Amino acid sequence: MADKKPILSIKNLSVSAGPENDPIPVLNGVDLDLYKGEVLGLIGESGAGKSTLGLAAMGYFRRGCRVTGGTVTCAGVDLLAMTDQQREAIHGTKIAYVAQSAAASFNPAYRLMDQVTETARIRAGTPAAKARSDALELFERMKLPEPHQFGLRYPHQVSGGQLQRALTAMAMLCQPDIVIFDEPTTALDVTTQVDVLGTMKDAVRDFGIAGIYVSHDLTVVAQMADRIKVLLRGRQVEEAPTRDMLASPQQEYTKSLWSVRKIQKPPSVGSKSPEMRIQVEGVHASYGKVPVLEDVSINVRAGETLAIVGESGSGKSTLARVLTGLLKPRAGRVLLNGTEAASGYRQRSKSDLRAVQMIYQMPDTALNDQQSVGTIIGRPLTFYHGLRGEQNRKRASELLEMIGMDPKVFLQRTPRQLSGGQKQRICIARALAAEPTVLICDEVTSALDQIVAEGILRLLEGLQKDLNFAQVFITHDLTTVRAIADTVAVMELGRIVEFGPRDVVLDDPQKPYTRKLLRSVPEMDPNWLDDIRREFAKDTETATSPEGRAAP
Amino acid sequence: MPLLTLACVIIIVTYVCVALLAPVLAPFGQFDVSAGAYQPWDKTHKLGTDNLGRDILSRLMYGLRNSLGIALVTAIIAFLVGVGLGVMSAVGGGWLDQVLSRLVDVLMAIPGLIFALLLLSITGPSIWAMITIIALVEATRIYRLARGVSLNIATADFVEAARIRGEGLPWIIAREIVPNATAPLLAEFGLRFSYVFLFVSALSFLGLGIQPPFAELGSMVRDNAVLITYGEITPLLPAATIAGLTVSVNILVDWYLKEFG
Repeated sequence: MADKKPILSIKNLSVSAGPENDPIPVLNGVDLDLYKGEVLGLIGESGAGKSTLGLAAMGYFRRGCRVTGGTVTCAGVDLLAMTDQQREAIHGTKIAYVAQSAAASFNPAYRLMDQVTETARIRAGTPAAKARSDALELFERMKLPEPHQFGLRYPHQVSGGQLQRALTAMAMLCQPDIVIFDEPTTALDVTTQVDVLGTMKDAVRDFGIAGIYVSHDLTVVAQMADRIKVLLRGRQVEEAPTRDMLASPQQEYTKSLWSVRKIQKPPSVGSKSPEMRIQVEGVHASYGKVPVLEDVSINVRAGETLAIVGESGSGKSTLARVLTGLLKPRAGRVLLNGTEAASGYRQRSKSDLRAVQMIYQMPDTALNDQQSVGTIIGRPLTFYHGLRGEQNRKRASELLEMIGMDPKVFLQRTPRQLSGGQKQRICIARALAAEPTVLICDEVTSALDQIVAEGILRLLEGLQKDLNFAQVFITHDLTTVRAIADTVAVMELGRIVEFGPRDVVLDDPQKPYTRKLLRSVPEMDPNWLDDIRREFAKDTETATSPEGRAAP
Repeated sequence: MPLLTLACVIIIVTYVCVALLAPVLAPFGQFDVSAGAYQPWDKTHKLGTDNLGRDILSRLMYGLRNSLGIALVTAIIAFLVGVGLGVMSAVGGGWLDQVLSRLVDVLMAIPGLIFALLLLSITGPSIWAMITIIALVEATRIYRLARGVSLNIATADFVEAARIRGEGLPWIIAREIVPNATAPLLAEFGLRFSYVFLFVSALSFLGLGIQPPFAELGSMVRDNAVLITYGEITPLLPAATIAGLTVSVNILVDWYLKEFG
């Protein structure tokens, strides 16, 4: 590409945050070239500076960030030397941005059409009627259902995937040269993600625009990007065309990102002797009058991990609430260690409460910021086992060592002084302090970076081997399921669709829903998205009443 | 700390010192009739004398002492009652929350000052009746805030974790909720204290608060109100004293919320 001039060129860019005299580097001398018609993938963990770099391509910086060196040139113009007004004129018209959360990007008080066409009308000066007909055309192209009605709806009246497509339409409406996608599918379910990724890929190709795709998910970037750039703590680690990068990553750090996907629990050597820890029999539950669980039956044995998978709203977390007694089921019963447990937690005996411990999705809200780590872990020790004073401290230190943290350093700290992964480890220690027979993990790795998440999964696996507790692992990530589960339950709309040993469910799914869910999980193969869309399109042709109209 | 906030802190500290040391600092006692009525400002009576010939400067100091003391006691009572009940109904929920919240709704529907006047006309003006009544009226406002703040905290996972551990209500309130609500509650205490201070002065101005001959800032405004027709600023002095304290507390609270809230 030596003969072509890049449409966007970032040279030696450094960005800092924090106080002037003690700056925290966010980006450290990063270069980036983007050519017309290609998509560049930016990947890295949280804090790697990938979003900052994405925004820098627009000449925009978050509050508190300042440029300490380098240039950003777009089509021969220096974006950093412009006045704010000049830059604003470019935003939305020449360079557009697709944000992570479509729900947060739309104003709930206005109709979608008004918001989608706003930039075109105000910035680009397109007449309202023209903007509206352009938007309609985009809605059709993006296979949004009933494109003529779609624009009249309010953001809360359409699904998350449709909203994300509307956001993409908004970005495309002014026919920009560059579009920056900042984790646009992270908040979506896998089956929805396929549609949205497909729409974005088509849009990028059809309009011949250049794109920057920011994500922490390697498999998603592999589908979208022509080239991939890996960032680590504000520095560039590696850059290569997607296929080369996937086939042979050069740097240690990149290899470690790749390896996360390779953990797999060996199939359980199935002697069915160990005793039942949890049996759920015919549970029906509802919030008010809305039924959320219908006739759910599962069981988990000692030393076994059951993964519950399904899309958001399928009732996974509600099932966890029934297990802990936070939600009383309308019918059915829960057996703990072979005996029936009271349906509400207030009625449960202390030993039943102790038996079931829970680890939450958000370690930030699962720990009380006002208590020290010693107090957090020490309380269940006092409460369940009557340990006080020196004994309590000693046991808390042992627990910290079990989760791989130095008690001398961490016992006195408060959660504010810990990273996300460390907080999640403390949550695990708090749960283990009770000496539970059942551990419920509700999406425990979804808020963490891949490498940190891998550490947590390995830790849980090791602890389970030593302590032989049963585990109920709720997740929407099927890669995680392969890594940790012995048995799998697939949930759809409050029902268990499929339940059985992992290899049976994942390798030979019986139900169409399970098959769709499994096939929707992105793979490392850059051809995966195109293949899967062709396959789904074939399914829709044969099935009756497709959701959207075919593209013109 | 910005300069304005620093100035407010100095003002508040000065007020508290004057209130504490009034018997030492004041040149005359609060009941002493030391000269003729409505004397102009001079060497012995720095701010003149009032309608009965009492030294205004001394009465300002004693008035501050009386108003501040009563306001502080009232605010503390209102706060303990409001926060206690508010957190309890947020965490407990169910019928307890319903009963308390509806009761508070009814009390809040009646304008505070009119409600207090009504109750005081039944009990008759006495210091303890006034403290109880103002505390009751203000506690309803504190209850609402404490309940709202606690509801947010009570839905956090760490509170759920404490619940399913089997912890009782007292532990959850004292160890999990209140430590996380200190910033908004402390700010509310500052604001409520100013309101109570104003409330006490307003009732005294209307003649139902602290009874003569005790000095009180609100009643001092009323006693000397006629002077305003002669272009005298003396009746504005107790009013300015009230304003100085309430404005300072408000600015300090704003700063505190911005820093820690």
